[in-house]
Amino acid sequence: MSDTSFDSSQTTEASFGDYFALLKPRVMSLVVFTALVGLLVAPGSVHPIEGFAAILFIALGGGASGALNMWYDADIDRIMKRTQKRPIPAGKVTRDEAFAIGIALSCLSVIMLGLASNLVAAGLLAFTIFFYVVIYTMWLKRSTPQNIVIGGAAGAFPPMIGWAVSTGGISIESIMMFAITFFWTPPHFWALALFMKSDYSDAKVPMLTVTHGRRNTRIQIFAYTVLLAALSVGMSFTALNGPVFLATAVILNLLFIKGAWTILRRTEEQAEGDNYAAERSFFKLSLLYLFLLFTAILADAVLVRMGISLGGWV
Amino acid sequence: MSNFRPDHELHQRRRGRNFGLLAVLIGFVALVFLLTVVKVQNGGKVEAFDHTARPSLTTPEGGQ
Repeated sequence: MSDTSFDSSQTTEASFGDYFALLKPRVMSLVVFTALVGLLVAPGSVHPIEGFAAILFIALGGGASGALNMWYDADIDRIMKRTQKRPIPAGKVTRDEAFAIGIALSCLSVIMLGLASNLVAAGLLAFTIFFYVVIYTMWLKRSTPQNIVIGGAAGAFPPMIGWAVSTGGISIESIMMFAITFFWTPPHFWALALFMKSDYSDAKVPMLTVTHGRRNTRIQIFAYTVLLAALSVGMSFTALNGPVFLATAVILNLLFIKGAWTILRRTEEQAEGDNYAAERSFFKLSLLYLFLLFTAILADAVLVRMGISLGGWV
Repeated sequence: MSNFRPDHELHQRRRGRNFGLLAVLIGFVALVFLLTVVKVQNGGKVEAFDHTARPSLTTPEGGQ
């Protein structure tokens, strides 16, 4: 094969969808939803256009940090099966393009959020991008098994930003919404690490499964799940004291603890025997857990505004 | 007209990307315009000092 050969069927020309994929749309949907709940339950009033713009720029900021994450992690994304189809390892988008898009959208989203809402929300968004890209991606991810525990803070900020858009500040309620997502992140990601098998060790990422073993990871998943359950049900008796939240938290946490207990009692042989069925179903349940818990927070706030409930939100 | 060759897949992809960018830019301009309208409507008084006497900006005599 000569150097001048050209196969017209192969091209690296990226489509619009490839650039959109840089923004991690699935992560962005979580950011949009939790930020929207934070904005809607806050005791302020925001014009619908301002609210729409704020959520859009929060999502854009989240997407920008995703692009910068893909820029920095291109080397390990190439190795891990889960990430090999991302635009950079797939050869659709270059690292330089991802970097340029990430930086440009980060600046644009922070400035526009500041103009559309207020400086507190914009500052929180800027800190979230900084935390995800510099603290998590560049520093923690490759240096400590606590990477996703501390790094989970980045994914927990959006409801606080949504709250700040409406109120211009931070309060105990927004910190509680942060805490739910923060303590939810470790069991969610460690379940994924269990059924991703050798992905993280191949890429030399010090996930808990790699540094402390899979048995220890099962114990940690259970420990964090119990902690999350105590926290979220306990919150039902403080500022998040709506009846819908209490009922939802009790049911979801029972299911979540049951799933974590099953994972705890399984051996690796059992897990491999059914292709990590329990771990996969726990991971799916974790997604539903966060979605339903935030929906319950929203439902309580709606009931209070309709004068049906005496919950403590507004 | 039959002499024209159909577009290569590469060109189709490039066209899709350009139209996608066009839609994003139009959406952004529309959003900034709507935000401006909302900010102006809700912003209260938009007059400010501009080196000439502005009766609407002065406090009435005896007023607070």
